Amino acid sequence: MDASTIVNLSYIVAAILFIFGIKMLGKADSAKRGNLLSAVGMLLAVIVTLLSKGLSYPLVIGGLAIGSAIGFVAAKRVQMTGMPELVALFNGFGGLASLLVGLAEYYRAKMSNNLLESVPVEELSSFTATVIVLAILIGGITFTGSIYAWGKLSGKLGGRALTFTGQKAFNALLALGIIAAGIVFSISPGSGLAHTILITVLVLSLLLGIFAVMPIGGGDMPVVISLLNSCSGLAACAAGFVINNNVLVVAGCLVGASGLILTIIMCKAMNRTLLNVLVSGFGASTQANGAKSTGELKPISPEDAYYILEAAKNVIIIPGYGMAVAQAQHAVKELGALLEENDCEVRFAIHPVAGRMPGHMNVLLAEADVPYEQLAEMDDVNPMIEMVDVAIVIGANDVVNPAAGNDETSPIYGMPIIEAHKAKTTFCLKRGKGAGFSGLENQLFTAPKTRMIYGDAKATVTSMVAQFKES
Amino acid sequence: MELILLLFVFVLAAFLGFELIAKIPSQLHTPLMSGSNAISGITVVGAILAVNTSSSGLSAWLGFAAIVLATINVVGGYMVTDRMLAMFKKKVK
Repeated sequence: MDASTIVNLSYIVAAILFIFGIKMLGKADSAKRGNLLSAVGMLLAVIVTLLSKGLSYPLVIGGLAIGSAIGFVAAKRVQMTGMPELVALFNGFGGLASLLVGLAEYYRAKMSNNLLESVPVEELSSFTATVIVLAILIGGITFTGSIYAWGKLSGKLGGRALTFTGQKAFNALLALGIIAAGIVFSISPGSGLAHTILITVLVLSLLLGIFAVMPIGGGDMPVVISLLNSCSGLAACAAGFVINNNVLVVAGCLVGASGLILTIIMCKAMNRTLLNVLVSGFGASTQANGAKSTGELKPISPEDAYYILEAAKNVIIIPGYGMAVAQAQHAVKELGALLEENDCEVRFAIHPVAGRMPGHMNVLLAEADVPYEQLAEMDDVNPMIEMVDVAIVIGANDVVNPAAGNDETSPIYGMPIIEAHKAKTTFCLKRGKGAGFSGLENQLFTAPKTRMIYGDAKATVTSMVAQFKES
Repeated sequence: MELILLLFVFVLAAFLGFELIAKIPSQLHTPLMSGSNAISGITVVGAILAVNTSSSGLSAWLGFAAIVLATINVVGGYMVTDRMLAMFKKKVK
């Protein structure tokens, strides 16, 4: 058996490990092993690749060492609340790496042609040129899109959707420009202008990534993050076509397809189409649509809230992004435990798109050690919500906005929500009186049965916990 | 011919990807995403191959940068996923 056969057979094994890995990641009891399995597959693929002939080992080993060190430190240090940003950042790096692989292959072919100037120049085939364009296009969008999303999530760029007049037309023009340039390049990759055209594709793709994520509001971030994840897979897949490598094509495509599924799940949870999420500029302007609520906000102190909770027999807690921002998950867990001791049934109702990435709330509550049995999904909670004595909404907004069910003019009309307004009493923990992240007014806050508790969620919950302990 | 084979592999992998994730509980959405994100770092293999002694200075350095970035994606992605799943694990007894 020669070396290349061994390499390719190992790639097959790696691909099988990825497939089982993803499969097992989808089930609670096997997820950890699944992740390990796919890591083993990755290690195998990297090791056998190192056996290839003619590598410049100092650069390769150096690069692997530097990357591992940075990845290791970043993964160890990150707080669970910083998880969405980190995933976005990693994702962006993956996209950029695929872009660079495509670009490097172009220069390799170009330079080696230059060395043989006396003989007829051997051109890139149109197919290779096309996939180079695709790797650069998808990788570029993934990179700047993820970096922009990272900026939004970490609060560096402000979470709101940014729109300007003619934005859709501008984005469409960018896309058309990329397609046109890509076609010209693919038809004659050897022409004198080819290099300039390819760089044009590169620059336009980077711009498109930024402008595509710009009009998307904070509440839609779970969709964007999982779509970008899917794109980074497709970028790797395109890079695989560029260098004729099976394992890149298989692994990249698996990620692309599974990421797309997750994206669709997120869209369904909001009852919107992917296209609508991407172009609507949802939440760009405050009060753009929807009926104004007329009721009054009724604030109460954490002390008064405590007296009501003390008498409650059935409580649900509805966490949202605000809980993540305030890092209140540990305090919330403690409150839940005290309520249980007080002979009260406590459940956490988790909306599929609460937070800024798919499954965001589950991660935070798991970090705080909330018992698994207390977590409930939206569909399990809604049918019996009228029996609930107190629903505590902690930093959630759109996912409990009754306008989704009863106000046809609201932009979120039709989105499934947790029906907190049907509980006997609803507490809403909120930082201030503003309209919140999405910019929509929430009728829940002014509903007759709702009591607002203003202030930092962590401080509020901690003070309720203190009251319980004193009594 | 090799090209057709590669396309064949692509199409089959796409269908497989769609089938694999039919129904996942929502608490696994994040680990699934970050775990598959780590897999997309497979592009590190392409990056390593780009750093060839026969490749010119420019493409070797591009490949080097790609190796660093993709490795961050791979190592960071797997470790973060593992950390998350470890938190889930202790409760799902």
